[in-house]
Amino acid sequence: MTSIPPERLKAFYVQMARIRGAEEAIVALYPEQEIRCPTHLSIGQEAVAVGVCQALRDGDTVLSGHRCHAHYLAKGGSARGMFAELYGKATGCCGGKGGSMHLASPETGMLGASAIVAGTVPMAVGAALASTLRSTDDVSVAFFGDAAIEQGVMHESLAFAALRALPVVFVCENNLYATLTPLSQRQVSADIWPRAGAHGVAAVCVDGNDVVAVYEQATAAVARARRGEGPTFIEAKTYRWREHVGPNFDIDVGYRTQAELDGWMARDPIAALARTLEARGIMTAAERAAIDAVVEAEVADAVTFAKASPFPEPAMLRTDVD
Amino acid sequence: MRQLKYREAIDEATRQAMAKDDRIFVLGVGVDDAKGIFGTTRGPAREFGSKRVLETPLSEATLTGVAIGAALRGLHPLLVHARNDFLMLTMDQLVNNAAKWRYMSGGTMRVPFTIRAIIGRGWGQAAQHSQSLQAMLAHVPGLQVMMPATPGDAKGLLMTALTTETPVVCLEHRWLYERSGPVGEEPYYTPLGHAAVVREGGDVTVAALSLMVGEALEAAQQLATEGIALEVVDLRTARPLDSETVCASVAKTGRLVIADTGWRSFGVSAELAARVGEQCFGELRAPIGRVALPDVPTPGSSALEKIYYPGPAEIAAAVRATLAARGRAPDPGMAPRADSHGKEFSGPF
Repeated sequence: MTSIPPERLKAFYVQMARIRGAEEAIVALYPEQEIRCPTHLSIGQEAVAVGVCQALRDGDTVLSGHRCHAHYLAKGGSARGMFAELYGKATGCCGGKGGSMHLASPETGMLGASAIVAGTVPMAVGAALASTLRSTDDVSVAFFGDAAIEQGVMHESLAFAALRALPVVFVCENNLYATLTPLSQRQVSADIWPRAGAHGVAAVCVDGNDVVAVYEQATAAVARARRGEGPTFIEAKTYRWREHVGPNFDIDVGYRTQAELDGWMARDPIAALARTLEARGIMTAAERAAIDAVVEAEVADAVTFAKASPFPEPAMLRTDVD
Repeated sequence: MRQLKYREAIDEATRQAMAKDDRIFVLGVGVDDAKGIFGTTRGPAREFGSKRVLETPLSEATLTGVAIGAALRGLHPLLVHARNDFLMLTMDQLVNNAAKWRYMSGGTMRVPFTIRAIIGRGWGQAAQHSQSLQAMLAHVPGLQVMMPATPGDAKGLLMTALTTETPVVCLEHRWLYERSGPVGEEPYYTPLGHAAVVREGGDVTVAALSLMVGEALEAAQQLATEGIALEVVDLRTARPLDSETVCASVAKTGRLVIADTGWRSFGVSAELAARVGEQCFGELRAPIGRVALPDVPTPGSSALEKIYYPGPAEIAAAVRATLAARGRAPDPGMAPRADSHGKEFSGPF
């Protein structure tokens, strides 16, 4: 951590606060029923998206799954584009045709997201293959959850990436649940990363609530990939605070306990980073408040923009097909 | 004009397209093995090397996703499958991603991606190596499906697919591979979605796809001796489906038989019949006849293969039925079958 410049550490905070602020706004606005699409929130998991995307540069790309807000924002996607997309507006990042599960901003390197678990993992391998075939050193990242390892294409992708030593980083956000089903009912082992290792991919495990630890592992993985030394699999253990889809807490459903949630909320990645930065004199309480105010203003502006934007014209129904 | 075999036309189209556009690369199981997909990828592998013709593991689903990801990063992959049955492994990537990425991204991204896949038939290849799955693919908005029937179209349509910025699936019937026809030496581009009238006649229109075009032309020769003049339309692409050209022909003949290499139910013949009903019902003087596979999997036994596949005799029977029709056309599946199959192809594979 000591090798990370203070400005970079502050950027971690800004980006995580942006994601948290945007998603807390969704929580507040969802009951209005103007956001008419399923939203899968990453509240509690922000350190993974930010730690990885901060290790990337322009030209690098990311692909994601249904829980993609954090990856879109962390890779530089605009809050206006995201909120307008959630509201189904023509000014959305996908013109209102994608919605929450398909956010994209190719200009920042966010190439989109599939609502099918592991669906974009082979695509990320393909983006890496393109780097190799075009002799660039751009790196590709696949974000996915713990259930992706239960899909066939995940294993095929790991094997193909290892075979060709492709510049791709596989980032598994293990939040312990697939919808309501715990990992223990789906997989034989609580650790996912050794299975990637079995395919010949370098594999590591990291505390997904520690943005600095994620950043350091991602930086090492990205550097390996850029040097042509092949893919890395990072399992980041983390936790989703709210329900699988939607704005609510769901302890009442009965598949997890309040004590478990409380334990993870006490390990809030944003509060933890703020404490560290404050203790080390990198970010004062006043600076933090100022950042929070900027974030709040950005989100408020994005919501206002989204609400004021027009819906797509009827003619847009039939464009962009073939 | 110079004559080439169908497989040679595919090889030439691939090489010419790759020479013109360095974004194009070939990948697939067996594309760089000793035989190279019945000879169609040996030439490209020799000419462009292993950096542009990539032999792969047997991971069709992931290869499809890999191709999409590479396409999003500025390349144009040509993914080859030795059987179109293998496409069933790839449906998530093909249907959920390739076909929809442009739409879901509001047009900010495109997937220039060509897939070649072969339709098998005969020598007991049975239910999983002889399907003709164009209807499943053509059902999906965002996919185009071409089925060249001649060497000339194999080159012209494939070259067009390789300049198209959206996904195109090329289904090639294995029985066409050794057939010869005129093929221009220079690169040329045959547009997708334009059917061709390949034989003119005034009595009955036969609209056919892929191998069935040749079968229809054979039926036309047979029927000419009976004084019946067939107009044969090669549909060329299942999607876009050029029903306008078919309707223009039906306006002349008043009668239509559709011949497809796929199953009868929910297939291209059903879609085309529906469109003709919508667009030019008033021109029809008899019910539309359909010649297609019976709704059963492909049998393994050669005895059953012979009665599974319709050919010129079944097309001729359907034509006679539509000429005789007062009301409902008899099911051509019930018509007597001539033993006209199995000569073109013998194993082993």
